[in-house]
Amino acid sequence: MITMGIDMGAKNIKIVILKDNKVISKSNVLAGFDVTKAGKKAIDKALKGANIKKDDIEKTISTGTGEKLAPFFDDNKSVVGCDSLGAVFLHPATRTVIDVGAEEGRGMRCDETGKILDFEVNEKCAAGAGAFTEAMSRALEVPLEEFGPLSLKATEEIPMNAQCTVFAESEVVTMVHNKVSKANMAKAVHDAMASRISSMVRKIGFNKDVTLIGGVAKNVGFVDSLNKDLELEVIVPKDPEYVGALGAALAASGWKGGK
Amino acid sequence: MKANYGYKDGSGDYFITIDTDRCNGCKSCVDACPYGVMAVGEDENDPLSDKEVAFVTEKERKKIKYTCAPCKPSNDVIPPCIKACEMDAITHSW
Amino acid sequence: MLEHLVLLLQPLVGKEVNNMAKQPEYWRWTESRWTNPDIDYKGKVITSGVDVGSVSSQAVILADGELYAYSNMRTGSNSPDSAKKAMNWAMEDTGLTLKDLSYTVGTGYGRVNVPFSQRAITEIACHARGGNFMYGPTVRTILDMGGQDCKAIHCDERGKVTNFLMNDKCAAGTGRGMEVFADLLGVSINDVGNLSFDIDKEPQPVSSTCVVYAKTEATGLLREGWPKNKVLAAYCSAMAHRIMTLLERIGVEEDFAITGGISKNKGVVKRLEKEVGIKIMETSKYDPQIAGALGAALFAKALYDKGKK
Repeated sequence: MITMGIDMGAKNIKIVILKDNKVISKSNVLAGFDVTKAGKKAIDKALKGANIKKDDIEKTISTGTGEKLAPFFDDNKSVVGCDSLGAVFLHPATRTVIDVGAEEGRGMRCDETGKILDFEVNEKCAAGAGAFTEAMSRALEVPLEEFGPLSLKATEEIPMNAQCTVFAESEVVTMVHNKVSKANMAKAVHDAMASRISSMVRKIGFNKDVTLIGGVAKNVGFVDSLNKDLELEVIVPKDPEYVGALGAALAASGWKGGK
Repeated sequence: MKANYGYKDGSGDYFITIDTDRCNGCKSCVDACPYGVMAVGEDENDPLSDKEVAFVTEKERKKIKYTCAPCKPSNDVIPPCIKACEMDAITHSW
Repeated sequence: MLEHLVLLLQPLVGKEVNNMAKQPEYWRWTESRWTNPDIDYKGKVITSGVDVGSVSSQAVILADGELYAYSNMRTGSNSPDSAKKAMNWAMEDTGLTLKDLSYTVGTGYGRVNVPFSQRAITEIACHARGGNFMYGPTVRTILDMGGQDCKAIHCDERGKVTNFLMNDKCAAGTGRGMEVFADLLGVSINDVGNLSFDIDKEPQPVSSTCVVYAKTEATGLLREGWPKNKVLAAYCSAMAHRIMTLLERIGVEEDFAITGGISKNKGVVKRLEKEVGIKIMETSKYDPQIAGALGAALFAKALYDKGKK
């Protein structure tokens, strides 16, 4: 059975195509302002990658902020539902999932089938999402890919007072003026964000194993700060930003946990 | 005076209000809070007064939604700081 | 200081540093200073207040408790420096020096960093005192809309605080939020108010509370063909509404006055007045941004007198 999952994220659209629950193709396209058009582009790319046609797909489920704007779909499923399903599929011992995307941060507790037990979402505040690290990396004039590794080279832990992305930018300028090293500032930024995410997760309680997904999971600096805050090691699957789309495709095939 | 400590962000309003006219500086709330949210000291917003009153520590002011969450699992549970106050000087906005 | 300001805004708008330097600085509001021509300070007790905020700094000088001089300027990256600069500018051409100050109170975000002050007092207490001086004993509600915070204060006829609420966690509803928008739309911040009324119909307010997300939303609106003035109106409307919900927590009691930088933005003030349904007091003849420093200077006088007894 061939199924497709579309994750219409705030910044990126991710597609995963499964054949008998094995990934045969995936694609990632910037959403831009015309998300439906970008969605079409992403789907075409994924279809080409799998060497199949649109009609070969039996069921498509879309998820994410723009789920209703996907070019086509048979059904929608909540992001937290898709995230948990995808996370448990990749790592069956998962009982807590943390998804940090470009504009949203989510924490959820699930059972062994990926069914949601409790969750908390932050979609109103840029300081709890990837927008924060992006804005800070621009303020420090460090390319985003280098931002995480740079923070691991820090020599000192400096707390950030500002809880808001806009205020944090002013604070960063002051720190630059006070000649704080970029590595130390990078660590301060990642620590600040990790502390917000871990507070959110603590509210719903967390059980091992904790899986971290979403684009920000690729940031090693953030993962390090988060691990220290939660006092454990989070599991980061390969291609963490695709887990939502993976979950959607799994839901389309009717996968309900187990093998 | 009614001192409202806390914040409003995209997810809602979270304020702990202390009525300093009622507060007698007994420190019961400080002892009752498991997370160090409360403290008692000089009233920073009434600089000409010598009365010691309760306030929310600066460190916690912008985090109370999450710090206080364990004491408030649902709307009908009264958190320990409010229970401990014999003068009814403390209220939570959420 | 220019490089710091440019660095500060560059990430928000993603422009090249070079371009920013060549383009006009839309976020730059008018700095000011003033000396009272009717007062001779010689022989009088000189007290002062310095309010160092995250965005702006003010210094106020009183002679025997009467308003003698003040300054209002942008805060640099160093609080103690900003305090000194603000005070020096207030004293410009008056012949006064720091040695003439009998008592100085520091307030604001950088209140602990005013090196020549004898005491630090919270901005809540100072704004109530300052507002009471500027607007008279009938004022009961003071709303201070500052650079990085928003304060709602109730006071009595003597300017003593009876109720207060402050939000300094989130940029929505603060001056920095408006600066980001002025810059995004390429409109001088001093013009935002008037331009926001140059529209056919009042638009729906911007739906995102968060300044970062509101910026993305506004960019989308511009792409859809919305004229700049309409986007400005939508943002002013959203800001007025947000401030209103904060005010509602403690209620608005007449007389109602507004201080702080945003009080100069008619786009927000008029819309707020409409939502609250209460007439906002006419701005006093003094710069509304000095309320905090003025209150601090008044406390300085009171503390000096107390010490003298």
